[in-house]
Amino acid sequence: MTFPNPLDAQEKAAFRQGSEKSVAPVVVEARKLSLVYPTADKPVMALSEVDLTIAKSDFVSLIGPSGCGKTTLLRVIADLERPTSGHIAIEGMTPEQARLKRLYGYVFQAPALYPWRTVERNVMLPLEIMGLPKADRQQRAREQLERVGLVGFERKFPWQLSGGMQQRVSIARALALQPDLLLMDEPFGALDEITRDHLNLHLTQLWRATGKTCVFVTHSIAEAVFLSTRIVVMSPRPGRILDVIDCNSLPRERTLDIRESPEFAAIAHRVREGLKEGHSYDD
Amino acid sequence: MSTLSADPYRTSLRTVADWGLVAIAVLTLAALALPVGALGGAPVGWFGGMMGGTLAPLFLIGVVLAVVAGRSAPKRVWGAWVELGGVALAWLLPLHLLNEGVDLSAGWGLWLFLVAATLLLWRVMGVLAGVPGWTRSVVVPGLFGLGLLVGWEVLVRGFQVPAILLPPPSRIASALAAHAPVLWDDFRQTVLTSVLRGYVMGCGAGFLVAILADRLPFLARGLLPLGNLASAIPVVGIAPIMVMWFGFDWQSKAAVIVVMTFFPMMINTLAGLGNSERIQLDLMRSYGAGYGRTLVKLRLPNALPFLFNGLKINSTLALIGAIVAEFFGTPVVGMGFRISTEVARMNLDIVWATIAVAALTGSGLYGGLALLERATTAWHPSMRRR
Repeated sequence: MTFPNPLDAQEKAAFRQGSEKSVAPVVVEARKLSLVYPTADKPVMALSEVDLTIAKSDFVSLIGPSGCGKTTLLRVIADLERPTSGHIAIEGMTPEQARLKRLYGYVFQAPALYPWRTVERNVMLPLEIMGLPKADRQQRAREQLERVGLVGFERKFPWQLSGGMQQRVSIARALALQPDLLLMDEPFGALDEITRDHLNLHLTQLWRATGKTCVFVTHSIAEAVFLSTRIVVMSPRPGRILDVIDCNSLPRERTLDIRESPEFAAIAHRVREGLKEGHSYDD
Repeated sequence: MSTLSADPYRTSLRTVADWGLVAIAVLTLAALALPVGALGGAPVGWFGGMMGGTLAPLFLIGVVLAVVAGRSAPKRVWGAWVELGGVALAWLLPLHLLNEGVDLSAGWGLWLFLVAATLLLWRVMGVLAGVPGWTRSVVVPGLFGLGLLVGWEVLVRGFQVPAILLPPPSRIASALAAHAPVLWDDFRQTVLTSVLRGYVMGCGAGFLVAILADRLPFLARGLLPLGNLASAIPVVGIAPIMVMWFGFDWQSKAAVIVVMTFFPMMINTLAGLGNSERIQLDLMRSYGAGYGRTLVKLRLPNALPFLFNGLKINSTLALIGAIVAEFFGTPVVGMGFRISTEVARMNLDIVWATIAVAALTGSGLYGGLALLERATTAWHPSMRRR
């Protein structure tokens, strides 16, 4: 507790900055969060003393090399993993309460669509579990499929769609719950760059239009800078936060053109420096 | 048909002529030099003697015409159908000769001719198997089965195999018709009573116990080794014991079937329940879905291919189990009882008829389950339409 973390000061400054600027309520708050996986030879420290605050309507990207704990952090927020120590609250609740109240939608690395369900029925799956009446389910599924541009594909089966379309279905499925918090784990990692650009543009427009809080895991610097209001740079062994970068120099409304701007380049440079720093310790 | 023009570099002696047809022609020409059979000890040639002879020349001309017409048909598939007619005509020739009282066992000209006809059928099937739809999925396998039956009929009758060893299919068919009422009673007793009840009980119990064992891991650990043990139990050992326990009627047969089908169903269900991916389970968890909903919405649909696997294996096991169990005591009806008593009385026609009923029942059950599987698991990669 008294052991000083060299990053604490920087982190706290970032918090203060954030809280001074806006009075947006806190959605995710993590304090000294640690998670240790027991393995055969020695325990692996997936998360070490992670402090992070995410405010409402933020778009926060977690970036870092494989094994830095970014997915683990997202899974802890979603109550798919339990932390070993530390404190985490989602809108003032434990992650389990938040999960059972279906406060978040989770988009996985793979679309994870059920092959025996049509596109429409895949999107309706969470609504069935919520116990919504059929008419509401259909209405919501239609809205979300429209939002991700998949009208006309309701009766298709997942395997009849391309990878990018499948991932859009899985986003529509997460949105169908109408969550305030959207957790995305490298959702476009398996797609080609052209599709990825297209979906990124789509995602940022969607985020602007809905005002949802997004936590987005990626290992692409360009993607992180393009989408985020804040970028959390993480480093492996043990998984920890190295830097939190504000992207306020970029407008909230993003177009693909901003990638050519000097502000974009400056932020990307800082992210790259942060990632380099993380690597210098272990190599 | 277009491969020749599509790849000019591979043009060679191998591709300039239709060598398959040449082989068929050579075989047919060779066959013409040999007799088609013997009548009263004297060999009979293709064109008979002075006095009438047989209609063999007409068959020969018909086949040749069919092949010529098939070759010159505007579409290869139409040609194949015409050639199929030629094949049918060729295989009718031995039946005609048998009716005329000709002894075929030394008719090497005829057998050579039939080899050529079979080669022609081979070519026809090759063409038809490439036609999508009903032709490929129903007609080709149907023709294959019919070909086997005709071959069986002609060979058994042509070489005068004693019916006690192997009757021709026509004789089995007439036995089926003659003993229809008895066979129907046997079918009702064995299949509609014993097999269906035992099958439903065995598969149902296997399924339910698997669901339970999935929740209670100790049960799975304890039962799986027993499954190996049970699969090694011989039916002929368990059947008399079950007859002693449950009496002569269907109950003992159902008990044998339950013993045989329980573990295959349980093991397949357990494997199916373990078939869901981590990411799919995480998804259900993220929705706050509990055990029951995850089971119904995710794990059971994912297990369907495995469930059908178990059901299909068990459909044949159940039939075998019931028939064997009837050897050890039954009311005086049932397929197993019929086989055991009629073999003893050397009434082999009815034995063969019963075997035919059992075979048709088994493939009917299996086929029905396969259709049901296709209807319910059309989404599975192994079932998707090409």
